[in-house]
Amino acid sequence: MKIVPFKLPALKIYTIAYLIFLYCPIVILPLFAFNNSAAVAFPLQGFTTQWFQNIWVDPQLWTALENSLVVAIWTSVLSVIFAIFAARASTRYRFPGQAPLLGLIMLPMVLPDMIMAMALLVVLLAIGVPLSKFTIILGDVLICTPFAMAILTSAFQSLDRSLEEAAYDLGEGPISTFYLVILPLVMPGIISALLICFTISIDEFIVANFLGSGQPLLSTFIYGQLRFPKYVPNIMALGTVLVGVSVALLALAEFFRRRGLARTGAKDTGGFL
Amino acid sequence: MSEPRQRSRFWGSEASNGLALISPTALYAILLLAAPLAATLIYSVLTDGYLTVIPHFQLCNYVGECHSQLADGTQDPATYLGAWSDPIAQTLLLRSLIVSTLVTAATVLLAYPVAYFVSFNVDSSRKSLWLFLITIPFWTSYVIRVFMWNVMLSRTGVINSALQGLHIISDPLQMSFTIQAMIVTLAHSYAPFAILPIYVALEKIDRSLLEAGQDLGETRFTTFLRVTLPLSMTGVIASVLIVFIPTIGDYVTPNLIGGGKIPMIANMIEKQMLKADNRPLGSAIAVSAMLAVGIVSMAFLYLNRRYLKGTPK
Repeated sequence: MKIVPFKLPALKIYTIAYLIFLYCPIVILPLFAFNNSAAVAFPLQGFTTQWFQNIWVDPQLWTALENSLVVAIWTSVLSVIFAIFAARASTRYRFPGQAPLLGLIMLPMVLPDMIMAMALLVVLLAIGVPLSKFTIILGDVLICTPFAMAILTSAFQSLDRSLEEAAYDLGEGPISTFYLVILPLVMPGIISALLICFTISIDEFIVANFLGSGQPLLSTFIYGQLRFPKYVPNIMALGTVLVGVSVALLALAEFFRRRGLARTGAKDTGGFL
Repeated sequence: MSEPRQRSRFWGSEASNGLALISPTALYAILLLAAPLAATLIYSVLTDGYLTVIPHFQLCNYVGECHSQLADGTQDPATYLGAWSDPIAQTLLLRSLIVSTLVTAATVLLAYPVAYFVSFNVDSSRKSLWLFLITIPFWTSYVIRVFMWNVMLSRTGVINSALQGLHIISDPLQMSFTIQAMIVTLAHSYAPFAILPIYVALEKIDRSLLEAGQDLGETRFTTFLRVTLPLSMTGVIASVLIVFIPTIGDYVTPNLIGGGKIPMIANMIEKQMLKADNRPLGSAIAVSAMLAVGIVSMAFLYLNRRYLKGTPK
């Protein structure tokens, strides 16, 4: 890279300004989570941990958290299993109908959640499936699978075919080869896909709102609380905690992804998607 | 890609292995995604009954006036307008399309320089760090993220109270409950979806092409216009579609930022599907929204193809 078309300081300044815009809502969360005032406005009124105590003793929040965890764990496990099948099939084999099938599996990435949730809701109601955590998981898996696919496709793509052939030559069957050779190599990708799906599921509002039975999940609980101005500081505190947890999870996911790349000897080419 | 052939020609062949392997995922997507979407399409041409849908074909959910059927099987004398005839549905769909278009334009135009910066100006060892920094804010609660814009923009919110505290303004600015506020919020929500595809496309550009352009006497700017930009259009197209299509169905932003005062098409779909319990009309509105998005996207793809054809490679 001898000649760089534009290497303007302005570009760097712009990017930093853009990052400030991106971080704006996140940065003011902790600012008001510790602010001793029910109104979320300047000037700051002094330090308090009142709002954190409020959410800590809110039994509804704990129920919502428990529901969300159950849904997110099931969703991430199921999505990643589905994504392993599809990603392995699409990177290892060429078969008829590949493009339309993959297109359908990846469709939720661009389809509005609202349209998808409503279509699924109408069918579930027509068949007579009662709405529950189970139906939320059904919808969340649809949304998460494409993201898991994106990660796992690149994990499977960076596999060296000769390793697999070596296993065959040494007398392993297809299944034992998968367990002994392929799975360990893509494991970091699997873990990072699990974490991403978990985060998306915890975050997902539309599916939880429309495919649920009215039992709160974390996202619907937050949405419900936001209607009452007096609960807003509590949500600031909760948001601060959630930001901390997601950043920790993301750092973990990134760690596993890099380790995976190092293990397969690939060059690091960037982010999750 | 040659797979050792065993047993018969199909079983154990590449095609059957691939199909067998993808079948669980594909079946799930067919049953829970393709089938419900097909059902929505079918519902949209059926008759609304009392708490049910009657399999009687009609097009009035789209055009003209429609009657629901009452529980006793007779026609409800009251009528409702189809999705394309109802001025409210028209207004909401048009508003949603305009908001989505503006959000897409703002998001993609603002994102391009960022993707360009990370791809061309950042040392390759630090690229993933920058991408990580860009994506971090988006893995935190979506609902809270949207609501934070309400906190910032509202009459008594962060920006107004800060500006008043600094004596820059005396009366609070009216920023919340406006379309502009919704556009800012949505442009924020979809930022990473715009940056990442453009970044990936820029990364794929062979850097020697840029040198060649400059060796042949192009300036930096014309090299950008005639080499970099056309070669990165695949990423731009991807980000346009990935922002434009989901934005049309956004439900949280009109509720939290528009305060319910500026409903969008998703709110109307919800209203018809659930509160009014008119699933055929709700389905027809959903189908119309997707149709509108599809047409705009196709038009965009077509114009883009013309642009690329007219550009010397």
